[in-house]
Amino acid sequence: MRKSLTLGAAIVALSLAGCGRTPPPATTVPAATETPADANGAASSDVELTELPAMQADLIAKAGSDTVYFGTDQYQLDPQSKTTLAAQAKWMLANPKVRASIEGHADERGTREYNMALGERRANATRDYLVSQGVPTARLLVTSWGKEHPVAAGSDESAWAQNRRAVTLVVK
Amino acid sequence: MRFIPFAILMTIASAAAAAAQDQPSDVPELVGGSVKTNVTIAIPAMPASPGASDALGRQIAEVVSSDLRSTGAFTPLGPNGIGGYSVAQANAPAYADWRSAGATALVSGYVEARADGRVTVACLLHDVTAGRQLASQGFTVAATDWRRAAHKCADLVYARLTGEGAYLDTRIVYVAESGPKINRVKRIALMDSDGSNLRYLTLGQSTVTTPRFSPDGSQLVYTGTLARKPRVFVLDVASGRERLLVPGGAMTFAPRFSPDGRQIVFSWAQGGNTDIFVVGADGGTPQRLTSAPGADTSPSYSPDGRRIVFESDRGGTQQLYVMNADGSGQRRISFGGGRAASPVWSPKGDLIAFTRIGAGFRIGVMNASGGGERLLTDAWQDEGPSWAPNGQFVLFHRTAQGSGNATLYAVPITGGPPRRMPTPQGGSDPSWSPLKN
Repeated sequence: MRKSLTLGAAIVALSLAGCGRTPPPATTVPAATETPADANGAASSDVELTELPAMQADLIAKAGSDTVYFGTDQYQLDPQSKTTLAAQAKWMLANPKVRASIEGHADERGTREYNMALGERRANATRDYLVSQGVPTARLLVTSWGKEHPVAAGSDESAWAQNRRAVTLVVK
Repeated sequence: MRFIPFAILMTIASAAAAAAQDQPSDVPELVGGSVKTNVTIAIPAMPASPGASDALGRQIAEVVSSDLRSTGAFTPLGPNGIGGYSVAQANAPAYADWRSAGATALVSGYVEARADGRVTVACLLHDVTAGRQLASQGFTVAATDWRRAAHKCADLVYARLTGEGAYLDTRIVYVAESGPKINRVKRIALMDSDGSNLRYLTLGQSTVTTPRFSPDGSQLVYTGTLARKPRVFVLDVASGRERLLVPGGAMTFAPRFSPDGRQIVFSWAQGGNTDIFVVGADGGTPQRLTSAPGADTSPSYSPDGRRIVFESDRGGTQQLYVMNADGSGQRRISFGGGRAASPVWSPKGDLIAFTRIGAGFRIGVMNASGGGERLLTDAWQDEGPSWAPNGQFVLFHRTAQGSGNATLYAVPITGGPPRRMPTPQGGSDPSWSPLKN
């Protein structure tokens, strides 16, 4: 008995292949063909970096810290940060075979993509100061982790202040 | 499974075209138009033709019921706790019985095994009050894909009774989060819109954020990490193969496809300045779209591909701006108190969902031309809006104060409480796929 023969259901095979979607008009890219040269210069590459923990410990011991801190939504360096960075620059000049990845971070009170940009501003300000102290640009990489890698877990002023930072990471 | 006579299959196939036009044009009780409609709809277990599994018929009804409940527009009855029916009654239900049960609508159907090993799920929607059929369609899928047939059936019912577009036969990509706040593991995760068929596309060894679908759903663009930098990657969902969008060490993030899938718009940060660029989805030389000092990010195309909404702090704080797709005509569209961030253009083109930053982060929508702002959520930190393909829901993630644990929610743009999306662990940065073919 095949009752299904009497059913009014439309038996339409469900196609899993592409349908006839009509694309909207293609956008035209104007003559503005300017593409920035990478400001990170010769140090940039698509090759993974290797951390150097012993060298990192030495940087911290000699320079006092591998980290500088920032105000909320700010990227200016205060006098204490400049003192730390001057000492980091001396260490970099005394260890000419390594590079450093300058890594900016933001606290959790910003949207994800804005914080990526904010972290880059902090890292860039930090890099600029190291360069002003004589470290060759080519030895310094600039990056941002946004709010992805906090060091302090809380949602309070103390934790946020610790997370708004730029870290000088010794790399090969 | 080859016992269905060929002649019968041919008859079923030829019935399809005629039956496709059987929807009445004037429906008194249940004609749709508002997803606020709260229709009590009976969804009994579907019977199975000989050779098909009765258990499968019940499972399909369970998924249809669960899907329809999740829309907020229905109060489903069954399949548990209500009786079934025969294959014959799928087409000729005992309307009086369903009226007595309190239903105003009914989903019937049946499961049929095909000679080729696939299954056909017939799905019929009835107006119980008027005593007639409103819609019917059959879905033939691989036996292992039966959930898709159920989602298609639920979509048929949802679209017919609300007047809105289908959206249930879709997937959601997001960042699965596990581990403590200061050592969080993040993996790109892909699931069906109801949380089933979850799988992970990255291993969790590197930081990943903001996965987003291509317009055909076959690819993802996301921000991964290479050489300790945020970098935009394009990932083919089926093969798992991925490639760097812009080689050469550039810090790139905030990617989205253009509506035709040919371009990817993204942010490029360098020298303390972040601007928006566009590049061919297959590669090429990026073209600059913005050059103002400041953080220009979170670009999102209008559905016609002619304009881009983005955020910029060029005026001092994060606000929303619209420009033409070639970068010309940049103008601010967000005003009022607080900052506005992470805009996403709606599929219908009329609205922009965004994150309103005030005392907390809240999800809002505003007119694409600016104005008409409405806030949809209220919590400590809601962000990362993404539209359902029918434009009726906004998906986002909510971060808990303290723990930083993030959870996915969907909120109807017509108002109402956000619904927590079923993920087995924390989730952030969700993106809704287009409707599957």
